[in-house]
Order: sequence, then structure tokens, then C-alpha cells
Amino acid sequence: MNVHEFQAKQLFAKFGVPVPRGKEITSPEEATAWANELNTPVFVVKAQIHAGGRGKAGGVKITKDKGAVAGLAKELIGKTLITHQTGPKGRKVHRLLLEEGANIAKELYLSILVDRDTGWPTFIASTEGGMEIEEVAEKTPEKIIKEAIDPAVGFQGHNGRNVAFALGLQAMEPAVINPFVQMLGNLYRLFMEKHAALVEINPLIITKEKTLVALDGKVSFDDNGIFKHEDVQKMRDLNEEDPLEIEATANNLNYVKLDGNIGCMVNGAGLAMATMDVIKLAGSEPANFLDVGGGATKETVAAGFRILLKDPNVKGIFINIFGGIVRCERIAHGVIEAAKEVKITVPLVVRLQGTNADEGRKLLAASGLALEVADDLWEAAQKIVRLTGKAA
Amino acid sequence: MSILVNKNTRVVVQGITGKEGSFHATQCKAYGTKMVAGVTPGKAGQEVEGIPVFNTVADAVKKTDCDTSLIFVPPPFCADAILEAADAGVQLIICITEGIPVNDMVKVKRALHGREVRLIGPNCPGVITVDEAKIGIMPGFIHKRGVVGVVSRSGTLTYEAVHQLSTLGLGETTCVGIGGDPVNGTGFVDVLPLFEKDPETQAVVMIGEIGGDAEEKAAEYIQKHVKKPVISFIAGITAPPGRRMGHAGAIISGGKGTATEKMKALEAAGVRVVKNPAEIGHAVKAALGR
Repeated sequence: MNVHEFQAKQLFAKFGVPVPRGKEITSPEEATAWANELNTPVFVVKAQIHAGGRGKAGGVKITKDKGAVAGLAKELIGKTLITHQTGPKGRKVHRLLLEEGANIAKELYLSILVDRDTGWPTFIASTEGGMEIEEVAEKTPEKIIKEAIDPAVGFQGHNGRNVAFALGLQAMEPAVINPFVQMLGNLYRLFMEKHAALVEINPLIITKEKTLVALDGKVSFDDNGIFKHEDVQKMRDLNEEDPLEIEATANNLNYVKLDGNIGCMVNGAGLAMATMDVIKLAGSEPANFLDVGGGATKETVAAGFRILLKDPNVKGIFINIFGGIVRCERIAHGVIEAAKEVKITVPLVVRLQGTNADEGRKLLAASGLALEVADDLWEAAQKIVRLTGKAA
Repeated sequence: MSILVNKNTRVVVQGITGKEGSFHATQCKAYGTKMVAGVTPGKAGQEVEGIPVFNTVADAVKKTDCDTSLIFVPPPFCADAILEAADAGVQLIICITEGIPVNDMVKVKRALHGREVRLIGPNCPGVITVDEAKIGIMPGFIHKRGVVGVVSRSGTLTYEAVHQLSTLGLGETTCVGIGGDPVNGTGFVDVLPLFEKDPETQAVVMIGEIGGDAEEKAAEYIQKHVKKPVISFIAGITAPPGRRMGHAGAIISGGKGTATEKMKALEAAGVRVVKNPAEIGHAVKAALGR
């Protein structure tokens, strides 16, 4: 789960990581009130959406004029921002962060995540702050500093010093070395205690006043760890999520919307991805990823149908179930019952394999429903693609 | 021969009195696996399908000489359960549980480091040596004893591949589900050498998916050390970057971990990469010259 910059910064502040004074704003009136209180030479108004590239898309405004803040807020609230991470439809701005400006002397990059190779939490730092870190890693890998933290003992001072000296902080500004080491320790605590998946500060700046400030902040949380943290759960912003994905989550389904026109419903994540792939091989594009889980029932199948049919792009549905513990004749019953409840208006191909597959296929064939039954994966994929026509 | 588990493996089920635990313990037993003990704290003295229940894994080890643990404990308590099994002296821990927080697994992996215990999973279907021991949630009947070793990050997709191998008459030796989480106990590179050494295994099917670089590491290992034919499918060529595709580990981040990159690395290492998941069985058949 991702959170907004202002929420990330609230967490930073709680864990002793310095951030600019700022506040979440949802109206021009609030902006004026907070601007008066802030009383700073430079005001920064930042659109809050869960996507990077806001600056380039016109989502960040800077002014020295306190009186102009309300106007900027008015301009941004309700605006749709299109960045390289939002997709062509963009994302509507519902809230802003209004904060004080800073005197930047130097921009750095800092993040922490679990290195999948070692299984250790690892800091990544670079002198190339403000840039896309992937680009830095690609073009100038020597500018990427990595420091792994032994989870058995946690963060140690030398971990912080290793990063500080490798970054060249001594030459840059020796006064910030100790605060920097302390900051890394605090970020490690935040990362582990809150079950974060990524904590990123880009840029982390050294100010002309020789202090460190997290000028931007991004935190994403491990979905499997959120149940432990009520404060994190409260940070969820449904405006930033696809409504169909929200409905799927509420039904314990795993759904990701895509751009094609063949809706698919599969049990198991790996098989669901393979099903998407085989649709593409057969000449079309999947409309979604949908994993109904190991224990698919009539209820989950019905919920799956409802979600798939709400997507106007869906021109056909492909159900691919490999019955393991779940028996195929039960799935067949589920499909038949669900198809009666939910009006299916598009072609439907059902492929059943595994436990009691024959029985399941017979039930479907005898149901009188307008659907095609298949037993082989490739045959099924070709069928649904033929029935819906190739991708436009 | 086979790898990891066989007819002599003695299994304790942690979380045996839960819905999943009792159901699958029964299924494993029906397959012929030696299910010798179960553990649920506070329920010692009970039985599940004739399997005695103990309060702790240590008790189970003492009384039944079990050497392998199968875990169904819910996510919030699962890290503890894995460490309990390790402390009790079990040699192999197979963790089925899905949804363990990554940072919990970070600590577990570190704690197991350097100890003589192997963890498989979490978030995996388990391990089966055909006709000898089924230690997991896979449907036993789709398997057929044969010559192919299977190692996979996925569940039902593995069943799909196994079904093809069985239908074509090739059959399997052992199938190992290593799980779909970003931090797990055993990787491709840990299982590949076991298959390479196993005299009964003639070919290996490796099923990967997007995210991480386990497949790239495997490619490197295969190029240097594996002489048997390896056939691979990587799921997720149509997956968009930045979106988690069900498994916590299946995510393309920062442009890394794409299916295309993985396929390229494996092909360069001499692996036969199959683009169509319906063709896995046929590709193995061809590789074995049958």
C-alpha cells in the first residue's frame, strides 16, 4: 500500500527524521490559514497523488507571495495530473501539501528496502539526488552506495558512517555527518517497526544552514504487515485506487485491472499470470489479472463475474481453473449458479482441469448456458480469442 | 531416488487442529506420507485422524522422532512457528502459510542462517516425492512417478505443468514449490544441485515468474553446474510494472525482474525456455528425445 507524501513526512517526523514544516490542505481557505501560520519566505504547494513525476506535470508550485498561495491551491485542487506513472488518464488531485521552502545546498538520494538476494534490509544512497534512481543505477552504477543491515542486531553506527563517508559528506559538509548517521538509524527503525516495503527520500537535502531535510518522501507498506498497524490502515486513500480493485479486495479477490478486452478468472497467482500470457500468445490482450484463490466457491466466482462485467472493455470471459483441493464439479456448479445470478452478456469459455474435471465439464455442457467448455489451456485460449475477435 | 523427502520422512504438522491443517494432514496421510505428529499449543492429548497432537514441536520430536515440519499456522504467528521448529531440531521445514510480513521473514531467514535446517516456502504448495511422500497441499493424483524434477515459485501453475508431464507419460521424481514471497527459505539455486545429483531425475522443469532475480541467479548456476536438460516457463510477460500480481514477490520494480529479461538470461545459459505454458510437457519430451 502506498501513502501520500504528507503522510510519509508525518511518519518521518514521528521517527525523528527532519522534514519541512507543512500540512495537508484540501481547500484554498485552509491554504490561506496555514500560510499565515507558516509565515515563511518561500511557500511550496505540492499536489498529493500516489505517483511520481508531479513536478514535471505541473503539480508543484513555489511562491514567495503569501497572498498567492490560495490561488495556487485553487488551481491545483481538482486538476488532473498526467505523469509517467499515472497512465494516460492521469490522476485527479484531491489534497495538497503546503510547506515551507528550503535553501538547498546539495541534493542526495536515500532509500531502504529489503534486498531480495540477501534477505537483508539495505540502504541505497547516492550523491545524485533528485534524479530517477533507476536511471542513475543504469548509467552510473558506481554512484550507487549500498549498505546492508544485519537484521539480527539491527542498525549500527558503522552502517551509517559507511554510507556517510562513501557519499563524501566529509568534503561536502562535515557538520551533517552525525545527524546523517542518526537519521539512518531512525529510518531503519521506521522501516522495520512499521513493516514498510520501501522508504525513500529523494531528494534528501543539505541546506545552506548546514542541516539535513527530507524534501520529498515516499513510503510504501508491505500489504501483509498492515494488519499490525492501525495508524497505517487509516492512511489508505481510496481515491487513489481503482474502484474495481477496491471491490475485489472487499471480496477477498486479487484483481489488477489491465487494458485488454478478455476478462480472466483463474485460481492461483502463477496460473493467472500464465493465463494472461497465453491470451496474448493467442493474439489478444488480457483485461485483468484475477486470482480467485485456492478455495474458489460459488460466491467468489459470482463476485468475480460482477467485477469483470463492470469493466466496459471486457468483450469475453475466460475461466481457467485447475482443480486441486477444489473439485471441478463444485466450480462448475458455482459457474452455473453465478451465471444465473449475474447476467453474462459476453462470450464465456470455461476450462476445467484437475480433480473431477470430466464431471465438471459435463455439468457445464448440460447446463444450457451459452458457454464453451475446454480441457486444454491452449485450445481454451484460442477459443476465447476467436469468439471475441483479435485485439483492436 | 528423489530429493528432500521420501517414504521414510516423518512429518509433524504445526497448526494441525485448524481447518486447513487438519484437512491437509488427513490428505497427506491418505497419500501414504508418514504423518507422525501434530502441534497445537494447549491441545496435547487430542488426535487428528489418528495423528497425536502435542503442545510443542520439541515434545513432538522427543516422542515421535519426526524430522520434517509442515506449517499451516496463520501469518501473525508463523515466524514464531518456523523458529520453534528449527529450535526443536527438525531438519526440514515446509511452510505453506501465505501472507507472512516480509520483515518477519527477514528476521527468520537471518536466524536460520548457518544452521542445519532447510526452510521451504513460505507461501508454497509444499514438496511431493511421487508415490512416497506428499508434504503439502498439492493434489496427489495428478502426479505420476517418472523422470522429471519440478521446481517452481507457483502453485496451480505447477499443477498445470505436472499434469502435462503425467499425461505425456514422462512423470515426475520430486516437485518442490519454493513459494511466491520475496524472502523465502530455499531458492532455485538450492534445489537445482539436488536434482543434478539425483540419478533418477533426467530433466528439470523450472517455473519462474516476474520479480526479483532468482531466475537470473539460476541461469548463472545452470550454465556452470547443470548438465541435465532444464526446461523453463516464466509467468508474467504481460504483467505491467509496479503492480503486485497476487504473490508478494511477483512485482516488476524499477524496470527489473521482467519476464523477458529472465527468459533471455535462461536462454543464454542453454535452458529451453517455453513461451506457451501449454507446451511445457511437450518441450520436456523433446528435450529427452522421446
